[in-house]
Amino acid sequence: MKDVSKYRVRARSSSIWMALSVAATALGLGMLALILGSLFWNGFTSLSPRVFTEMTPPPGSAGGLLNAIVGSLMMTALGVLVGAPLGIMAGTWLAEYSAGSRLASVVRFINDILLSAPSIVIGLFIYTVAVAPIGRFSGIAGALALAVIVIPVTLRTTEDMLRLVPTALREAAYALGMPRSLVIRKVIYSAAKSGIVTGVLLAVARISGETAPLLFTALNNQFFSWDMTRPVANLPYVIFQFASSPYKDAQSLAWAGAIIITMTVLALSVTARSLSGSRNS
Amino acid sequence: MSATPAEKVSVKNLRFFYGQNLALKGINLPLYDRKVTAFIGPSGCGKSTLLRVLNRMYDLYPKQRAEGEVLLDGENILGPEQDLNLLRARIGMVFQKPTPFPMSIYENIAFGIRLYENLPRSEMDDRVEAALRGAALWDEVKNKLGASGLSLSGGQQQRLCIARSVAVKPDVILFDEPCSALDPISTAKIEELIDELKAHYTIAIVTHNMQQAARVSDYTAFMYLGELIEFDETDRIFTAPKQRATQDYITGRFG
Repeated sequence: MKDVSKYRVRARSSSIWMALSVAATALGLGMLALILGSLFWNGFTSLSPRVFTEMTPPPGSAGGLLNAIVGSLMMTALGVLVGAPLGIMAGTWLAEYSAGSRLASVVRFINDILLSAPSIVIGLFIYTVAVAPIGRFSGIAGALALAVIVIPVTLRTTEDMLRLVPTALREAAYALGMPRSLVIRKVIYSAAKSGIVTGVLLAVARISGETAPLLFTALNNQFFSWDMTRPVANLPYVIFQFASSPYKDAQSLAWAGAIIITMTVLALSVTARSLSGSRNS
Repeated sequence: MSATPAEKVSVKNLRFFYGQNLALKGINLPLYDRKVTAFIGPSGCGKSTLLRVLNRMYDLYPKQRAEGEVLLDGENILGPEQDLNLLRARIGMVFQKPTPFPMSIYENIAFGIRLYENLPRSEMDDRVEAALRGAALWDEVKNKLGASGLSLSGGQQQRLCIARSVAVKPDVILFDEPCSALDPISTAKIEELIDELKAHYTIAIVTHNMQQAARVSDYTAFMYLGELIEFDETDRIFTAPKQRATQDYITGRFG
């Protein structure tokens, strides 16, 4: 008869660890479900056409979030427009041009620090260089702060995605007598396209909910404004402000804002996920 | 065979290093004009390395280095003044795994042509068609030129890569185990193609398949451990090799 006592011990420890893993997963998913659940429970009734058509109201009266939505869109767009090309170009340099250079490991190291830098520090940095010298808060400063967050995210994904492009494809392009810049722009970029776009989308998702970098840069604006050289309203700030307000109308708008941001981020993540999924098929 | 044809490429005293590692130990060898030369030998013998010297593919990797001379039409291509892009436009290469670019079938061909020529649309269409016909692929893809090159089967992809190389009108085409990832039917098509291509191009092919070397080549070089053991007309290599090692390898006694 085979001695199974050792196997029994192993099986028991296996089931204990399995139970712990399942519990941890359930805890994580449960938290997420609770957050989303309360968001929908409280926020759904706050969503109405007025949210998208009216301005943020003065305390105690009804209104919408139009100026904040437009402000957020403008600053996110400008932030991505500034940050994504820088990140993509720097990532391209790291993956394609920097072989064997010491500068590359320095850049990579600094980028990793930037990637995990607290966003309030980035806000303060932009305040020092773009708000204090000029003497006023502005949408441009807000967008710059968001751009600083976009850069490390797109840099990292771009480098990773370019490194995934098979050597054989690179060599095949060079073997036709293609100069390096063309190989990168026409062949390698198109092979890594969906991955790079995914990185940009994830960066957009990341910055669309950022509050801290906007506190010291874009600040807020009670009124509708296209002027990016002046303070610009934005959703995260408005949520922060209204959620701590004693008025019921304001609190309800904060819920609406939270739902709008969450749905946007969710949509971006799903798009990014399906893009990167289609790359593998 | 008749009188020796002209030497298109002459490899003279070629030594090649991967870092400190000597991979080719003084190779001397001709590639004859519009003939097929096969390189055979066990893995790691340096045959692929030799091929990658001929279009200076090794230049992409900083730690690889070649010494000696490779003459193309009498000019040394290993010199530092050699323009690599122009060289690679003259010496095309087809790889082990099919490597279509992630773009349409049409663009896969047109892209290479556009590097060196500005053609009006109609002429470009003709060139693309000619290249695809040359690679015996036209009939299979003529109705879906806009489809992605990646949507083709492995054998079709490899013929697309051959068409792409042929389209830029090189003098020499290098084949690095072009059939090792293909089924027998696709392999037969590629071999047929090589036989047709040699009317216009000088061809070098690395292969692990003895029968393939015997079928497609006019000359065969047997390499072992970074040295050229024997080079001769293919008939003679396979019927009456001079070296014992060659005989042992082609009869399957080692390798």
